[in-house]
Amino acid sequence: MQDNPKTGMSLIVKTITRLTVGLILLFGIYIVLHGHLSPGGGFAGGVIIALSFVHLMLAFGKDIAVSKVSKNLASNLESLGALMFLGIALIGFLGGSFFLNILNKGKPFQLFSAGTIPLSNIAISLKVGVGLFAIFLALVILEGTKKEK
Amino acid sequence: MELHILLLFMIFAALVAIEVKDLLSSVIAVGSVGFALCLAFLVLKAPDLAITQLVVEILCLIILIRATISKDLPLVIEGRWVFNTVSTLLFVAVFLFFSYLALKELPGFGSPIMNVVKKYLEEGITKTGAVNLVAAVILDFRAYDTLGEATVLFTAVIGIMAVLRRPGRKKIEEKENAG
Repeated sequence: MQDNPKTGMSLIVKTITRLTVGLILLFGIYIVLHGHLSPGGGFAGGVIIALSFVHLMLAFGKDIAVSKVSKNLASNLESLGALMFLGIALIGFLGGSFFLNILNKGKPFQLFSAGTIPLSNIAISLKVGVGLFAIFLALVILEGTKKEK
Repeated sequence: MELHILLLFMIFAALVAIEVKDLLSSVIAVGSVGFALCLAFLVLKAPDLAITQLVVEILCLIILIRATISKDLPLVIEGRWVFNTVSTLLFVAVFLFFSYLALKELPGFGSPIMNVVKKYLEEGITKTGAVNLVAAVILDFRAYDTLGEATVLFTAVIGIMAVLRRPGRKKIEEKENAG
């Protein structure tokens, strides 16, 4: 994260952002991975992940955030999340029906349990997080092109 | 079988929506696609999604009709009041008949409506292994509904990216050549 004093907010905001943005991202990942054990899950965790990038964009300006996740990468990852979820649904056909939970259920209260549910959580979080960030990115880029005119 | 009829109807209505010249007719054709999709969700046993689809479709239709109603509306009122009145009465009668049949099927007041939920609560952990019962419901028992919601979000993102994209390089060159 190069410090360019011309873009983004003040030095205080940038310093605090540098400290917190990783923690926010980690918290989002935690919420996603523990979706089958604790409240939260793919949608909420995905929104938190998207918010960490939005935070980055607000504090440092759009160029640094775009250098982390460009618009094309965002659309590709979003499509990948959708395809992953659909693939998990189709895997159920191996056991007989759509969305059948065919993986090993494991013991309750353990991280690796509940079959396909954690995988679905990851797919949905990818979709939701990158999708919402792409919407924000599109709005910001539109505003930028308007200013250039 | 019902699903195939609905899918064919949806394809036909979508083609009508593209081909028809009148803007309002096109909007109504799009609306019929949405309502057919709602029925398809009911056939596929995803009632929550069907309700969402119905409500969103009604809201979209209201907005779209409100946007197109002042554009080109060949509204003919005089000279057809007999046909209009008869068709209105006919539709009211059909609606009342079907709502009578539907209301007869509802469970009586005070009888338990939690049958499905009870089953989820009892068998949730053993059947899915997930401790968080909400995750078990939305990603296992009702995963089809979640797939629909993911599709809604996907379509929304695609639409926003398409509407808010940068003008292409070719278009800018054309503008420069013209100007």
